[in-house]
Amino acid sequence: MGDTATHDIRPALEGRDITAGYGACDALRGVSIEVAPGELVAIVGPNGAGKSTLLRVLGGTLKARRGEVRLFGRALECYERRALARLVAVIAQESTVAFPFTVMEVVLMGRAPHLAPFRFESRRDLEIAHEALKYFDLLELAGRRLHELSGGERKRVFLARALAQEPKVLLLDEPTAFLDMKHVAEVFVRFRELCAERAVAAIATLHDLNAAAVYADRVLLMKDGQTVAYGSAESVLSEGNLSRVYETQVCVGRNPATGKIAIFPGRAS
Amino acid sequence: MSAAKFPPHGSAPGVEHEAQARAEACRNLEALAGAFLTPGRAAARLAMLGAAVVAAGAVGCVFGGVHISLLRALTDPAGTDHAILFDARLPRVLMAMAVGAILASVGAALQALVRNPLAEGGILGISGGGALGAIVAMIGLSQTRFADEAVPLVAFAMALGSTLAVYRLALVEGQLEPFTLLLVGVIFNAFWGAAIMIVNSVVNFYYAHSILFWLMGSLEAPGYREVATVSALGLAGFAVLMTRARDMNLLSLGDESAAELGVEVHAARRTIFLATSVMIGAAVSVSGIISFVGLIVPHVLRLAFGADHRLLLPASLLGGASFMVIADLVARAAIAPAELPVGAITALCGGPFFIYMLRREGQRRLV
Repeated sequence: MGDTATHDIRPALEGRDITAGYGACDALRGVSIEVAPGELVAIVGPNGAGKSTLLRVLGGTLKARRGEVRLFGRALECYERRALARLVAVIAQESTVAFPFTVMEVVLMGRAPHLAPFRFESRRDLEIAHEALKYFDLLELAGRRLHELSGGERKRVFLARALAQEPKVLLLDEPTAFLDMKHVAEVFVRFRELCAERAVAAIATLHDLNAAAVYADRVLLMKDGQTVAYGSAESVLSEGNLSRVYETQVCVGRNPATGKIAIFPGRAS
Repeated sequence: MSAAKFPPHGSAPGVEHEAQARAEACRNLEALAGAFLTPGRAAARLAMLGAAVVAAGAVGCVFGGVHISLLRALTDPAGTDHAILFDARLPRVLMAMAVGAILASVGAALQALVRNPLAEGGILGISGGGALGAIVAMIGLSQTRFADEAVPLVAFAMALGSTLAVYRLALVEGQLEPFTLLLVGVIFNAFWGAAIMIVNSVVNFYYAHSILFWLMGSLEAPGYREVATVSALGLAGFAVLMTRARDMNLLSLGDESAAELGVEVHAARRTIFLATSVMIGAAVSVSGIISFVGLIVPHVLRLAFGADHRLLLPASLLGGASFMVIADLVARAAIAPAELPVGAITALCGGPFFIYMLRREGQRRLV
């Protein structure tokens, strides 16, 4: 199963041999993954590979049929919902809000697992939300209603909400879909910063293989609910692996500026 | 933040720095004022709505088929104004408040529950089920001595039963589909309406007249005891809803996101459903089906005050109370001495309003 990276730190979140699915079929068969504090692990693979399903199992919203998920060494089921929400933040692929909440209100919802019942947000909660808004360049939009925003702006609101949650583990489902190039780069740089500064462990599903190559510590390549390769970007994102998984010709070269590997569609000539 | 990360050396500049940081934090939060709900703002708005309820109540007591003087009614206990106020107007105004408060706050809660601003007790078929229960109990038990107690109980049981049925039928693989739920509700509403029509066509003229009362909704001639019962049930249900106000905010993000933010989604749903069924059952058992109040009031208040349910729920309670008092005033004063059914008044306002909202929703989705 590829080269499993060795860690001297114990993993924040680990899924072992997970099988899960909906209805009669298993969308996920025997997949393992782990992430340590400060790390960013990318899950890549074609549509329908089971990336989002894996993320839902790791986040506790879908129960694994076989295998187990451990958060800081304890089985996920042992955590009470609110306790789990104080540790793990999830950013869904698509989010809609049913009512005209403002940007600030949605970001403050990230504080909900930390609030005592029947209490309004404290000054500290407001400061944390303010910081999260600033972090994602949203201060100007704080009073706007969410449904007035563009898809990319909305995405950043949900990233800010996850930040306000002050999690130890971040699960991101396509965090950069709908974002323009500037914000894609910013979001990743910021998540890396965040991981490093606050020892947050992050797992992100990504369509953008180049982003995975540049920003991820490790990459899990999946197809049809199974692991194809797992390890460093260099070893996983090889021409052979990618051509086989995506059933199209790809060429792997290097970005002359950064020296990191870069993936191009088409055959090398 | 940078101040916290890199504490400067030496205590004097450190203190200064800290004070500066604190001042900056203050300015930052001031810039955000208005973007979110504070307890102070919620209290101010509720006080305003509370004053509106008192004003509407006074207007409702004074005007009607004949106008009375509140001053004379309160100072002259032997006069006709006194009799009109305490025997007819006041219980009716109080009942209108109770029923309006229930319908509007239940509307707000149900809308949060199904993540759809078009939900309401009537549209979801809950009121229809309650009304059918009340009618059947009224006819079936009319010869027994439990009739008075049984009618509200059966209305409540049927309201709860329809709620559960609608909810179960709208679940797709364990997930609540808002549009399916709305459709199932509409179908249930039509079904209960048809069942009531069938009952109506096989009973005698006396019963047929009372059935019309349930269908059109009316606040005719309530007693203080009924007012007290409905208010008590309404307030109990409302207290339960308030414990879930923050969960309702999070449920607006969808079931999964709410769960990921610590909401026990199924428990929250069950609690909200149970509480709303009790409340609607209580309202229907005294007033029949009064539609659209639960739609209009929360919607207008949401536009005015924002979507936070910690304010929206109590605001709907108060707003619904005022709205219903005025609607009932129109119902009894418009063609006095004859009376219009108050449900017809609210539906006449509500129908066009509902269409307007549907159109707005549709356009938003297209953007």
